[in-house]
Amino acid sequence: MDQECIIEFSKFGFQYFSQKEPTLYDIDLKIHKGEKILIAGPSGCGKSTLGNCINGLIPFVYKGTMTGSLKVDGQETRKSSLFKMSMNVGTVLQDSDGQFIGLNVGEDIAFALENDCMPQEEMKKRVQTIASIVDMEDYLAQDPHELSGGQKQRVSLAGVMVDDVDILLFDEPLANLDPKTGKTAVELISRIAAEDRAVVIIEHRIEDVLHCAVDRIVLISEGRIVADDTPDRVLASGILTECGVREPLYLTAARYAGVPVTAEMRPASLNTFDTETCAPYIRRWFEDSYVRTHAEKKREMLKIENVSYSYDGVRQILKNVSVDVYEGEMISIVGKNGAGKTTLASLICGFMDPDEGRITLDGEDLSRYSIAERGEKIGIVMQNPNQMISKTMIFDEVSLGLKARGLPEEEIRKRVDEALQVCGLHEFRNWPNSALSFGQKKRVTIASILVPSPRILILDEPTAGQDYRHYSEIMEFLKKLNENGQTIILITHDMHLMLEYTDRAVVITGGEKLADMRSFELLCSQELTEKANLKETSLFALAEKCGINDPLGFVECFIHYDREVRSNEA
Amino acid sequence: MKLKVFSYSRLDTFVHRLSGLSKLVCFLLLTTAIMLTYDIRVILAITVLSFVMIRVAKIQFKQIRLMLIYVGIFLAFNFVLTYLFEPEYGVKIYGTKHLLFTFFGPYTVTLEQLFYQITKLMKYLSVIPLGISFILTTNPSEFASSLNGIGISYRICTALSLTLRYFPDVAQDYNTISLAQQARGIEMSGKAKMTERLKRVASILIPLIMTTMDRIELISNAMDLRGYGKNKKRTWYSRRPLKKADYVSMIVSLLILIGSLYVRFAINHSMFYNPFV
Repeated sequence: MDQECIIEFSKFGFQYFSQKEPTLYDIDLKIHKGEKILIAGPSGCGKSTLGNCINGLIPFVYKGTMTGSLKVDGQETRKSSLFKMSMNVGTVLQDSDGQFIGLNVGEDIAFALENDCMPQEEMKKRVQTIASIVDMEDYLAQDPHELSGGQKQRVSLAGVMVDDVDILLFDEPLANLDPKTGKTAVELISRIAAEDRAVVIIEHRIEDVLHCAVDRIVLISEGRIVADDTPDRVLASGILTECGVREPLYLTAARYAGVPVTAEMRPASLNTFDTETCAPYIRRWFEDSYVRTHAEKKREMLKIENVSYSYDGVRQILKNVSVDVYEGEMISIVGKNGAGKTTLASLICGFMDPDEGRITLDGEDLSRYSIAERGEKIGIVMQNPNQMISKTMIFDEVSLGLKARGLPEEEIRKRVDEALQVCGLHEFRNWPNSALSFGQKKRVTIASILVPSPRILILDEPTAGQDYRHYSEIMEFLKKLNENGQTIILITHDMHLMLEYTDRAVVITGGEKLADMRSFELLCSQELTEKANLKETSLFALAEKCGINDPLGFVECFIHYDREVRSNEA
Repeated sequence: MKLKVFSYSRLDTFVHRLSGLSKLVCFLLLTTAIMLTYDIRVILAITVLSFVMIRVAKIQFKQIRLMLIYVGIFLAFNFVLTYLFEPEYGVKIYGTKHLLFTFFGPYTVTLEQLFYQITKLMKYLSVIPLGISFILTTNPSEFASSLNGIGISYRICTALSLTLRYFPDVAQDYNTISLAQQARGIEMSGKAKMTERLKRVASILIPLIMTTMDRIELISNAMDLRGYGKNKKRTWYSRRPLKKADYVSMIVSLLILIGSLYVRFAINHSMFYNPFV
């Protein structure tokens, strides 16, 4: 590589003061100008720590012991300062909502310039130029919080590009975006990658990032680099799955079909993937394993009838929505951010009353119950467990709802123990909540909602921000609950989740119900996925490329096969 | 959905166009004027002015409804307590006694007491709309930039503007958390005992503090990464230089203060205006 090396880790290690073990070991990594690198790995593998070493948050904000050497732009970082490093490295953090400093877009983009004491006139010109690079020049006076998810990210990106940085670092840029917006974001990142700049993307959604080509994938597992190679070679080796990172779905399908995948088959993208070699394997596998199934109708349990809602009496958030939920099923409600799906959940839980229409459970109108009374019938688990946990100890947290309802001590103990067993938390029952991982906290909140044995369990984005391993863990757990008869509604924009775990999906867009159909059928319809800000699944395209004349059946076949594989693993 | 109560609303009116600094100065001058007088004529004049400001700023009733309810409760309490503690304070001040009727014992109702209490009520009533129009029409970052302009450390100014900025978000969090806890069976209202209620408030506050801490960590990292605190000074994208209207408003407010002082010292020779002699 003739371009200059701009990030150089050698024999680098790092240990947080608060941790017993190092988070990173023996990192040797070179990144050059003009390169676009994907750093992947499961949660807790150290990839975010690695990112924080590059942007200087380590060692200047998060303290710890560094060993070996890390040079950014030729300068040993421990001898530099956060300010100096911020001139070189622009970081787009994961949650763009929480990182806005300015009250309007223009001001937010200008923040770095303000700190540089740039005169106002010059600043306004520079902001204008940068905003037009990310197509946000018409929004300078807007409140960033009122923008869509994709636009928010553009603003964050512009905010770090004003400094003319050499390195752009994206920390899980796709985490909060719906699939379609994520696709646009990846295209934008690709567009701003340039000769004199290095782009580093930290992400575990491999297939989505690979929508646009990257030069290398650096795979991290348990604090060490386990692969640093071209995407084709990394994907072919199968090491991703071993490390608990999800491969592209088309590749998983190829492996199920027994295709011997090699780097020469260019598996990094479905466009380059050698489907000609795959086709015979895939066709044979499909013929052997396809069993057509029919969705069976069950008893209606929750009925949402012609519900409309508006916060301000002007703009309708939900328009005449009707949904039936059947006993014992697990369904997903999907749709882009702001489509009204969270509002629908709030109406079901009685946080607000619908302007029109009614909601009945087992034929009984719910409107006469208070929020707490409804909570016994319908439990909701919020996205962020920190928004729910209010006790120090796990046992107290889980028993909170029962205590508030004045149940006898004996009964409480029995039911809490049961819920903790079900959620696999029994051995931790006397632990403080703060000692748990994010996924475990999530299970604590699920347990505390399960104790009053609600008829229906609603989960808002149950797997947001979770890597493949934790995703599978949480979802397999929910699946088990469901198999024991628990009716579950999932609110999500995760396509994998709806495809792999829920048979039926209800799509809400612009406050209206757009579709109510089997999940895999939805993800095979270009028209519907487009409208719902989703993405057509790559399985469908793979089937078409392999000349399968029933691509829908192929996707269904894959799902069933995959479910079996998963439950055997779990 | 964001709660728009208590937060800056972006409109283009005369009041919105004034710089945050001049609005603060006007607010301080006018409240000082109110504090230093018990002359109902002066107070009424300022009350009219402050309601005109609300009108000019196109502040809608629903934006301030909640706030007004609390203020109303406070004022009612204040009114009753003032009477209960000293039912004849007005008589003492004004030196005459026009008895209307008597409840019992010392609890007489006199014109003097009524006049005193109404004056006091009007004092509050005139300041509140001023405060409301100041809060709802001032862009926090522009305000921070003007405070920095008069020599206050930019760190304090930025912290202040961020607090104002994120207040609606925290209020929103509070709302969400409270609903979720209620769904778990914790009744927030009702006849629970005080200790019980305090415990329930804690069940909202702890998650609220946790989520707010998360927010703070994120925003402070975002700021550090973009070079915040690099220099002793900073510039402001949204600074607005003072214009003619700003100077005029400040001068008018100053004149009102001087006027009220003039009335106090030269005409009434006392803090009170006495219509009874």
